[in-house]
Amino acid sequence: MRNLWIFINRYNAFFLFIIFFIFGLILTVRNNAYQHSAAVNSTNEVVGDVYQNLNVLKKYLNLGPVNDSLAAENAKLKTELLMLKSIDSAKKITVKDTLNNPQYTYLSARVIKNSITLRNNIITINKGKADGIASGMPVISPGVGVVGYIRDVSEHLANIQSLLHKETKISVNLKKNNALGSLVWGTSNFDYRKAFVKDVPNHFKVNVKDTVVTSGYSSFPPGIPVGSIINTSVAAGDNSMAIEIRLFNDFSTLQYVYVILDKYAAEQKELASKVPNEQ
Amino acid sequence: MNSRIVLVNIVRWFILLLTQILLLRNLSFYNMATPFVYILFLMLLPFGIPNLLLYLIAFVTGLTLDAFYDTLGVNAAACVALAFVRISFISITLNRDGFDEPEPTLGNMGFKWFILYAILCVFSHHLVLFFLETFRLAEFSYTLLRCLLSGIFTLFTIILIEFIFYNRKAR
Repeated sequence: MRNLWIFINRYNAFFLFIIFFIFGLILTVRNNAYQHSAAVNSTNEVVGDVYQNLNVLKKYLNLGPVNDSLAAENAKLKTELLMLKSIDSAKKITVKDTLNNPQYTYLSARVIKNSITLRNNIITINKGKADGIASGMPVISPGVGVVGYIRDVSEHLANIQSLLHKETKISVNLKKNNALGSLVWGTSNFDYRKAFVKDVPNHFKVNVKDTVVTSGYSSFPPGIPVGSIINTSVAAGDNSMAIEIRLFNDFSTLQYVYVILDKYAAEQKELASKVPNEQ
Repeated sequence: MNSRIVLVNIVRWFILLLTQILLLRNLSFYNMATPFVYILFLMLLPFGIPNLLLYLIAFVTGLTLDAFYDTLGVNAAACVALAFVRISFISITLNRDGFDEPEPTLGNMGFKWFILYAILCVFSHHLVLFFLETFRLAEFSYTLLRCLLSGIFTLFTIILIEFIFYNRKAR
């Protein structure tokens, strides 16, 4: 026993290394797991506060471009509103019905922390549980483009698991022929302006500049433009294509995002859980 | 003397971590090379520090950065790996008792010793960091490339900082 103690004491650097390293590994694995309940992240009060304060400065520097994009969106929404108003009276009821009882509600939030340089990027926004945000909700950027899913939620802040994350997978369509695929990022490039559409069967005809939209299968509303194709390739002996797309939204200048509250999300989830071994 | 070293290290911790979180977090070349200069703090801790304290400081520093990067445990594990390499390297290259200098800076130790020390520390940290962050072997070559490029970037910045605060002691 005494010899063992002397041995451990002599090589204490190594044994301490093992202990601390395993502790770090456990934290990493638990954070990677789907059911994570981490307290030490940017929804934390202190950390969130630092980013909030920093963001006050950044917000002023970016006022110009943000104003422009909001004005452009306003104009677009106004046009759509006019179109709805001018619909003839026979169809009014159905229009009114969807307006009063929409499946999706949009909630705007300000980005207070963004990152694009890591393998797994997380965005923090200034809305939380108090505003009705829950884990798993989809997030899009104003105008066009998807951002990601809500990950951790605290009282007034929330973390988004960005599209630029190894776990994020979003179901998408090619607009032209509705071919289904899944949108992922970072398998062979780490450029925040590009992403990949995988698992598209290779009998579909795909051209450069075709538009990719969300399919509506993975909690995003259908038809949101995601990006345009810049490169297609088929690996030999593989029956699906890997399509490289240029994203419509720019993650590096993200200022405002919309969190989408889906009225039927809980129902959809419950139904999905009843299907055994869905792959 | 002793309290001065503690104070210097606390100030250094705040400056390096703030720089890392507020400035360097947003910096990268083509998303391939991202600098992690805050590890200079761990490299410059005084020689006489007990192993347990060194590991604790490394772990807490890593965890603080993880909180801001949302990568819980990754930086903490990487910093612990760095601490292990630091202890091993120092115990091999320098004699155990009676260190002449208080801290392993470039000015104290000379260019040749410091650059080898920096290379080992930076790459041990970056290897653990990038492989834990990716957490799968499918992207092995890309992760390795990112690790290498980021390591060179970090190393360059660290040497640059050391040269700016270079003060050669009369030996």
